[in-house]
Amino acid sequence: MEKIIEIQNLVKQFKNLTAVNGLNLNVYKGDVFGFLGPNGAGKSTTIRMLLSLIMPTKGDIKLFGLDIKQNRNEVLRKIGAIVEKPDFYGYLSAYNNLEILGKLTGMQPTKTQIMDMLALTGLEKRYNSKVKTFSHGMKQRLGIAQALLHNPELIILDEPTTGLDPQGMKEIRDLITHLSKDKKITIFLSSHILYEVELVANRMIIINKGSTVVEGMVEDLLNSSHLQVTIEVNDADKAKSVLENSSFKAVVESVAFNRLVLSVSKEELAPLNKYLNDNGIAVSSFVPTRSLEEYFLKLTDKAA
Amino acid sequence: MIQIIGIELFKIFKKWRSYIAFLAIAVIVPIVQIAMYVEGNHYLEFLTQSIQQVFVFTGNFLNGYLISHILLGALMIHIPFLVTLVAGDLLAGEATAGTYRMLLTRPVSRWKIVTGKFIAGVIYTNLVVLWLAFISLGLGIAIFGTGELLVLSGDITIFAKNDIMWRFVCAYGFAALSMTTVASLAFLLSSMVENAIGPIVGTMAIIIVFVIVSNLNVGLFKDIRPFLFTYYMNGWRLFFETPMDSAETVKSVSVLFAHVVVFFGATLLIFKRKDILS
Repeated sequence: MEKIIEIQNLVKQFKNLTAVNGLNLNVYKGDVFGFLGPNGAGKSTTIRMLLSLIMPTKGDIKLFGLDIKQNRNEVLRKIGAIVEKPDFYGYLSAYNNLEILGKLTGMQPTKTQIMDMLALTGLEKRYNSKVKTFSHGMKQRLGIAQALLHNPELIILDEPTTGLDPQGMKEIRDLITHLSKDKKITIFLSSHILYEVELVANRMIIINKGSTVVEGMVEDLLNSSHLQVTIEVNDADKAKSVLENSSFKAVVESVAFNRLVLSVSKEELAPLNKYLNDNGIAVSSFVPTRSLEEYFLKLTDKAA
Repeated sequence: MIQIIGIELFKIFKKWRSYIAFLAIAVIVPIVQIAMYVEGNHYLEFLTQSIQQVFVFTGNFLNGYLISHILLGALMIHIPFLVTLVAGDLLAGEATAGTYRMLLTRPVSRWKIVTGKFIAGVIYTNLVVLWLAFISLGLGIAIFGTGELLVLSGDITIFAKNDIMWRFVCAYGFAALSMTTVASLAFLLSSMVENAIGPIVGTMAIIIVFVIVSNLNVGLFKDIRPFLFTYYMNGWRLFFETPMDSAETVKSVSVLFAHVVVFFGATLLIFKRKDILS
């Protein structure tokens, strides 16, 4: 399978701080690759090295089979990226920003192309507004628009849902799925939210202190057939009692207010919902929850 | 490259701060011109009081040329501040706004980005000087008319009416080179920091210190002076001397031009290796 990103023994040293320490990873064509790690793990530093914003102290980076140092422009032409928060020229309109960035990417974007991109990200009505008047969510969407404008083969997204409301987060996830499935674009998604990656990625790596903690298929690593779910019900105590006296294998891990945290298999989810309803318990939401911190602890426990 | 320069000029002229220089010149110059229109004759008498007993002055000495000559001398100290407002922001402004991340992830080499920005900054600087020439000389001639140019610099020199314009063209050309040197210094400082205030204040501080050292008639500073670029920035006055000191003029132009090359070269080197952390 064609390697789109190949990182070997990557090191970045800032004076006394080693931000990235011997990192290795491979991203293949068509992957939605989750790049996970807590804050300060070295994710953004790695992404900046991928995009030649900072120079590695040691190691090799190949994109599309080409060394980034020798083929910077050729490689960057095929990449769309958002690095950390998307900042634009606030004194220019959304249209002008996309026009400038498009031209710098080597294309001569037409008005239709720019407006199509703004429409895709729901900003077409604000095309002439100065970006300084945009909310964080709107800037994030404009960031997606600039990353897609030149039809890249690889999109690098650094914490794209940071600061977004749940609706905005869902829209970004849907867009990632659409780009991957329908447009066959390889996606490199950095995040510190495990659940976010679990929903959209097929492969992932978790790094900490600049080194790999674990890498592999998302399903294999997270045992995705078994979920941790928070359910919201009208009577949590009664729900707990009903579940404990049932034949379901789901385990109630905790109860707080009108919420229960369950460990449950994917197959049991639908019948469990029906069973609770049949027993007079109204379920208002099912929210999968599993934090990166928790996963880390489990990995550490296993190692111990 | 032309596209990058075009983009950079577009960005410069979309910022309101870029118009401060044009606005300031459009306000200051007419104020001086109005003051000279009202009080100019007294000023001229004051200037020539020591030689009035010896010479008889006839003709229109209070003319557009004299006003423009006075203004060029007075404003050469202030124009650098107006130029650094934009030149100091060219690179550091991108860092402050966080737009380096967008700009430098495009398939354009860093040297092209830096060169494009630098050329746009030089064009802006030259437009400011051109605007100064237009307002001070053009408006001056429109209000006061033309005549012989009286220059007092130790000696008294009177230039014939048909021997003046080329001197102004060269003097403004020299002023443009001086301001380009200032802009290059601000551009260099702009590549080193993440905030535009630093290069603006830093450039002005350097110029103020250098100008003081250049002008203080103290033995200690005499040996240092030839190494300060500000010492050569007054070279525009050489075009209003007779006979003109060609060797000194060429030296001044060469020193300033060399400074521009060194400042720009250093900016390229720094920026090529710079880690973008903003």
